[in-house]
Parts: sequence; structure tokens; C-alpha cells
Amino acid sequence: MEIVRSEKKSTSSNEVNADLVTALPLYRAAPELEVRLEDFELYAIDRLQVLRGISDGLSRGRKPEEMEKLVKKLWKAHMRHAHAPEALNKDIISHFVLRLVYCRTEDLRRWFLSMETTLFRYRFRVETDDVQRELMTEFNLPYKSLSNAEYQTLKDKLSQVARSTGQSLPTADSIFFKVPFEEVPELVATRRVYIHKGNAYVAMSQVVSLIVTHFRSYLSKALVLTNRKWTSTIREQEKDRLTPIIEALSTSYLGPDYSQPSDTTEISLKDIDQLAKTSFPLCMRHLFEKLREDHHLRHGGRMQLGLFLKGVGLNLDDALAFWKAEFTRKVGAERFDREYAYAIRHNYGKEGKRTDYTPYSCQKIISSTPGVGDHHGCPYRHFSEENLRAALGRLGINNRALEEVMVKVQNRHYQLACTLTFEAVHGTSCDAGINHPNQYFSDSKKTMDSKKTMESKVKVTNLCFMGTHEFHTLQGHLNTHFTLVVSKSYFFAECFLTVLIELRRPAKRFC
Amino acid sequence: MGTDDMLIDNSRNQEQLDLNYLKLYYGKLFPHADMFKWLAYGHDGKHPGCDQSYVGRREFSFTLDSDIYIRFQSFYSSSDMEKAIKEKCPVKIDIGPVYSVDPAKRLAYGQGGDNAFTPVERELIFDIDISDYDDVRYCCSGADVCSDCWPLMTVAIKVIDFTLRDDFGFDHILWVYSGRRGVHCWVCDGKARRLNNEQRSAISDYIRVYKGSENSQKKVSLVGQALHPFLSRSYTEVLRSFFEDKLLCTQNLFLNEERYEKILEMIPDECFNIVAVTSELRGKWMDNKRSKDDINTTRWGHLKHSLQSSKQKAQGLRRCVEEIVFAFTYPRLDMEVSKHMNHLLKAPFCIHPKTGRVCVPIDPNRCEEFDPAAVPTLSQLLGELNAAGLTTEGEDEFDRTSLGEAIRYFRSSFLFPLLKSCKEEIEAAYNTEIQQSKNSMSW
Ligand SMILES: [Zn+2]
Repeated sequence: MEIVRSEKKSTSSNEVNADLVTALPLYRAAPELEVRLEDFELYAIDRLQVLRGISDGLSRGRKPEEMEKLVKKLWKAHMRHAHAPEALNKDIISHFVLRLVYCRTEDLRRWFLSMETTLFRYRFRVETDDVQRELMTEFNLPYKSLSNAEYQTLKDKLSQVARSTGQSLPTADSIFFKVPFEEVPELVATRRVYIHKGNAYVAMSQVVSLIVTHFRSYLSKALVLTNRKWTSTIREQEKDRLTPIIEALSTSYLGPDYSQPSDTTEISLKDIDQLAKTSFPLCMRHLFEKLREDHHLRHGGRMQLGLFLKGVGLNLDDALAFWKAEFTRKVGAERFDREYAYAIRHNYGKEGKRTDYTPYSCQKIISSTPGVGDHHGCPYRHFSEENLRAALGRLGINNRALEEVMVKVQNRHYQLACTLTFEAVHGTSCDAGINHPNQYFSDSKKTMDSKKTMESKVKVTNLCFMGTHEFHTLQGHLNTHFTLVVSKSYFFAECFLTVLIELRRPAKRFC
Repeated sequence: MGTDDMLIDNSRNQEQLDLNYLKLYYGKLFPHADMFKWLAYGHDGKHPGCDQSYVGRREFSFTLDSDIYIRFQSFYSSSDMEKAIKEKCPVKIDIGPVYSVDPAKRLAYGQGGDNAFTPVERELIFDIDISDYDDVRYCCSGADVCSDCWPLMTVAIKVIDFTLRDDFGFDHILWVYSGRRGVHCWVCDGKARRLNNEQRSAISDYIRVYKGSENSQKKVSLVGQALHPFLSRSYTEVLRSFFEDKLLCTQNLFLNEERYEKILEMIPDECFNIVAVTSELRGKWMDNKRSKDDINTTRWGHLKHSLQSSKQKAQGLRRCVEEIVFAFTYPRLDMEVSKHMNHLLKAPFCIHPKTGRVCVPIDPNRCEEFDPAAVPTLSQLLGELNAAGLTTEGEDEFDRTSLGEAIRYFRSSFLFPLLKSCKEEIEAAYNTEIQQSKNSMSW
């Protein structure tokens, strides 16, 4: 892919294979196209809007049918183009730009992989059987459909699976593929296929799972390769042109990084009980109270709470002291040192791979699977109604708010339920919604201590998304303390203003 | 000698592990060579396809008596491993994954940041613990286990072993008594060792039926017009008869109001007119009139009849009877252990530090016969060794103790068939590679 600065009308339709049967590309190779620098960035931002919307839908626990609609809507809103071939170019170009943006760290890769795979899945689902088979051929999948004789011997089992999951019953014309069970993990996990001697029998209507596995594993490998190219050549070659754009793009959509507590927010052990009451989200408060009560938490709970505490600024020594004080009462100090201390140091990157572990996001917590004896997970998702009501009651929120929360829970909008709880507890609105327990905590602290609000908000040099009105208000506040440099701005149809702002503290404060 | 005898007699009182005994055990009885052979998976052979670095990339970790926990140990030969074990005399040996590089040298690679040190192979493992069944057993709780509740483990072995072999097509499966309150399972087929975390999760989720944490009541939810073939097979071949013929009576599940109320609560209210059904049943069960039939069986009969009578059955798709049976008998897995490659698991043939019992293999085909109380203890083994006197040439020490049977089973039913298929796999992979390089040259 060539990136040019020129103003000339770029890609013309004859550069794209016009015979393409489907509008769904597999992104096997970067296109041989010239891309204007402006398109490079704008296409990427459009695609990011789509991926961001998908991420939001997933974290709200949307059902597959709802996701399908959502993806369609997002795609139409952001990726449409007057000329069909140009739309396909935009699709391919934006994908490859974002590959570059999101190849650079493990976390970025994971996010991108998950969103692109979801996007692909829902675009694939709406294709016809013929197009789907076409795409399977393009992927070089070696699977043959079951012969009639094979089908006859398996008929009963295949029908049984269909009845157990509410799928339509197979007939002699139905197409099934026999594939190693390893290639359809999501169908295995939900028992939606018949499995025998290591083979899963996948119906045509389920082929999407199979192809998605291949798409993901292909993209995952490609991202690692892109990362190598990025670090070895591209970053340096493009340091004046693409590199700044790429670096700004990636921070814009992932939200703040909670893996490193900011120095201003370090908390100390003596405040922790008070903070747990005022500023922990329900999931963490529950774990915290259970730990104080039982002097023990199982693995899932230790990870969820431990990383959260790291994120809110409990330093390693305090964390060790904190866990030790509790666990000692149950298992003794020796066993604590032997079996648990390692993991805590590990979370702080002091043992093992020495990679820092990032605190869990709401999405991760909501999708966890607490078992018997576990207390981790999202209370809105994993508690029984009765237990959830009791827990909310203990937070002291009023009946009306409680009922509103329960309605969100019934509709499986767990993060919205948490947001409403936040609002009820703090008596303020939380327009951004809750996406991360550490965000809940920091928003709570901000509300509690409004004087500090401005300071912590403007710490970042970042691409932020906010409404025009909000921006002007912020600008008004900021100008009294900071110099605000607006280096770039975009306007979108929805009246959202995107600005790359650079906030400079007055120099005298540092000199 | 007198004090030693005392100790042996006290073995049931959870003796503190005697380090001198443990030294003797590692010196004379522990099957070092067999363990190493197992974990080398044929790569310690002479075939040019063998990966000589393979076994040296496996993590071992030792828990020492002094409460020191040493991770990331690695051994390149059986004698290396034997020497380290004898020297350090660990009270527990854990086995971790095979890494991309020798775990003992991980720091040298860790700095690169490019995931140079990462797990690449690991047996698929399962950990089932009787203390997770506390809400369905009345005989014991926590770490305690008796002959009334142990059969829950037997059922878990049967259900999981069957699906691993029949559904997933695995052949080399080792079940091991954890030494106190549960069982471990090691699935050692090549394709099991190479599963990624997502595939491991998928298998665990496929097997898991029991859902819910301490904070929710919904434990087993079975919906749909049919059960998945795996679940219906587990139900008809294992769970139903175990529940009705055994557990119902041994645990006295319907003995009194408190117990039967717990079962009535499991009936989902969306199912049908729950009030009418439960009040009818309560009425029947209130007058506790004596009968020659077992009270649990009788009451279960009433409950089943009410739930399955035709007018109730028409409504809703919940399978209430099956749900109750599953809730009481279906295996409960520690999911985290199975989902990730980097979990450590205690090695077979370790001595449990609290009970002194050996972590012996369990034959899944004869798991009903397994009695945890009959598993040899460390002091018993050493007693047997003393009584047997000196060994003759070519005879293994363990053959003169009750550990002999366990080691013979380990070899004949697990190790030898495993090594045979490893050898075939290595040869096949080597031949394919040769073939490919030939092809690429001819192009
Ligand atoms: Zn018992």
C-alpha cells in the first residue's frame, strides 16, 4: 500500500478486482493502491467508530441478533461510500491502517483482534449460503460435506443436538461438515454440535464459527508480523509522517490506561476501608467485604480485586501487607508467603514474566465464569436477584433507583445498571457510563473531591472525544491554569468534535 | 523401633510428615524413572525426529519442608531429576507446562519482551475436589471424605473419562487420587498437550453443567426439547442410577423437612403451577407415617410423579427431574485449572503432607473399587519395606510393598501405551518433514 500526499484523485475503480463476488474481503494482502494521507487517517477513524461501537455492544452483553443489527447500522453509518468499489477500498485500506495502529502491544492486538473478528462474524452471517461457501473456498478450508451415507448413521445424534439447542431439524438435504473439534471452540463450549472421536459435526448454519476461527488465527499471526515490520522499519521510516498519526490513533479509543496508577492517586492502607465504602464499585466492594469476612478469596477473586487495588494505587508493599493480614488468619503466615505472595508480586510484574497485569475491565468481569465458592464476577450479571437487591440495599440507594437498576439487569445491561448505581450513590450523573471498575473508582474520587477534578482530567496528552459544549466548558476552565493547544480537529455529522489537544502546564510550575 | 511403631499406628491421626520417612520414600520407592519417561514423551529416544530439548523445557516446582517454594526447575535427564528430588526432599512436587525455553533460564529470555518465554505445551488437566460438593452431602464437609460421599468422585471420573475418550477422542488419560479429598486427571495425548487456552476453555465449558457462584441459586439449568447427547448419555448411563440407587439413601436426601425443602426450592417456578405441586407434596410428607420402604425413595417417587404427570409436562421446557439429579451428582470442576496452560498440578506418587497417603493412579474402568481409606500411607509402606527384608537382584523395592500394584498399573495401562504412540507420532512427523523438504527441493 502506497501512501501519498498528493491531492490527485486516488484509487479508481479499475484498480479493484471488479469480478469480486462478495463485498466481504478476507484482508489476505495489503492492497496495491495509492492512498491519500487524509484518507489514510479519516478512513481509519471511520473504521474505529465501527469497532468502538462493537466493543460497546459486547460490553453491554448484546445478544447475537442485536449485534447483527448493530454492526449493520454502524457499518452503514461510517463505512458507506458513494461508489461501491471505493467502499471496498475504504474497507481494505482502513483495515490495514488499523492493523498498523493496533499491532504495537499485546493489549492493542487483543482488542483489535476481538473487534475485527466480531465485525467479520456479523458481516459473514448475513451473506448467502453460496457466498459463504465461496469464502470457505477462498480460505482453502479442506472440509468436505458429509455424504448421505454418513449422514444417515449420524442422523439421530444430529437431530438430538438440534432439538437441544432449538435449531431447526436437519433433513437429508442439510449440509454438515466434519471438522476437528479444536477448530470450533465456541460451538464446543456451548454444546451446539455433536462431537464424536474428536470430530465436530458442523451444520451449514454454523459454518460462521468455523470460518471465524480461521479468520482470527490468520489475523492474529498477521498482527505479530506487522508488529515486527513496525518496530524494525516502519516506525523509523515514517517518523515524520505516519508514526505520529498512528500513535495518536491507538490511544484515542482504548480509554485511559489503568495498569499504571498515576502518582497523584496513590492510596494508603489506612484509607482502604473508607474508600471501599465510598468509592469501590459493587463487584470490588463485595470481594473486599468477603475477604474481610472469610480472610480468604479464591483465585478469580484474588486476581480481580488484586489488580483493581493495584490500579487504584495500592503499592506492592501495602498490597502484600493487606493480603497477608487477611490470609494469615485463615492459612497462616508461612503458607501465605509460600503460596500467595508470589502471585501478588507477579501481578505487580515482580515475578515470572515480569509483565504488568492490567486491571480487569467490566467486559472481562462480565464474561467471567465464577464457580462454586467464588465471589468474583459482576454482581449485576452473576448474583441472583435476591442477593443483588440485598447488596444494593446495603449501599443505601433508594427504592426507586433500585428498581431502575433491576430493570437494566433484567435487560442484561449490566454496565448501565452499574452506572445507575453510581449515580444513585453519588447523587451526580455519569454520562460516560461505567466501563471499568477503576474508572468507577476514579470517577467516584473525583466526585468526592471536586477540587482535584480538573487537574486529573487534563493530565493526559491525548485524543479525546467530547461534545462541542463540553469542550468549550473545559476550555474555559483550563485556560485559567493551562495552555491549551488545539493541533487538529475533526467534525462529524453527529456534531461531535474530536480534538487532539495538548495540555501544557504553565512552565513556571516545574522550573 | 518402639517409637516408630507408635507413629505407624497413629497414621490415621494425620501425622506430621516425617522428613526421614520421606527421604527413604524418595530413595527407595518413588518411581523417578517412570515419571521422567512419561514427561519426556518419547523425546529422550534416539530417533532423529526426537526434540532433545523437550523435557528440559518442562517446569517442575518443589515445596520444601521449610516452607520454601521453588519454581521453574528443569531437568535434562532422569538422574538429574532423581538427584534433585533426593537432595531437596520436597514435601510436594508440582508439574507445570513445557515452555518455549528452559524455564530455569527464563530471565535471560524474558527481557526481550517478545514473549520468548511462554508455555507451549501442557497436558489437559482437571481437578475435582469433594469440598465443592458441600451443599449436596450431609455426611462430611470441607476436606473430610467418607465412603458415603466418595462415590461422587467415582461418578465424576466416569462421566468425564467417557466424554474425553468417546467425544474428544483422547486415549492417554491418567486419573490420580489427590491424596486427601479429590482426584486429578491428566490427558496426555499429543493433541491434548497442544491445545490453546481457548480450546481448553471450550472443553471445560462443554463438560460443565453446574453454574453459579455462592451468590446465586440457579445451579443447574437444563432447557430445550432434548438434552445434548453427551448429557443424556451421562444421565441415563451414570447419574440417574447413582442418584436413585445410592445417593438418595446414603445421604438421606428427603429425611426431614429441611432437606426436602431444599429440593423443592430447586423446582423452577416458571415450570408450572409450583404452589399446587409443592403444597400437595408437603401435605403428603407432613404425616411422617412409618413405612417399610425407604423414606427417601418413596418421597422421590412422589416428586417425580408430580413433575412428570402429563398436565404439568406440557408446559415449559425445563427438565426439572433431570435438573435435580444433575445438581446432586454431576461433576463439579475447578474451571481455572483446566482453562489455562500455566497451571501447576501436583505430581502423581507424591505423598499428601496431611494424610501421608500416596497420590496413586485410579483405574477409571474399576473406579468403583477405589477406596481412599485403603490407599497406602508413607509409614505403612516403610513398614512393609522393613518387613520384607533385603531385595534380590533385579527386583524393584516397590514390588515388595503395596505401592507395587499402583506402579504396575501406571506402567501397563498408561505409560507403555503412551510411549508407543509417542514413538509413532515422532516418526510420522519426521517422515512428513522429510517428505516436505524433498518436495520443496523438486520444485
Ligand atoms: Zn462423607
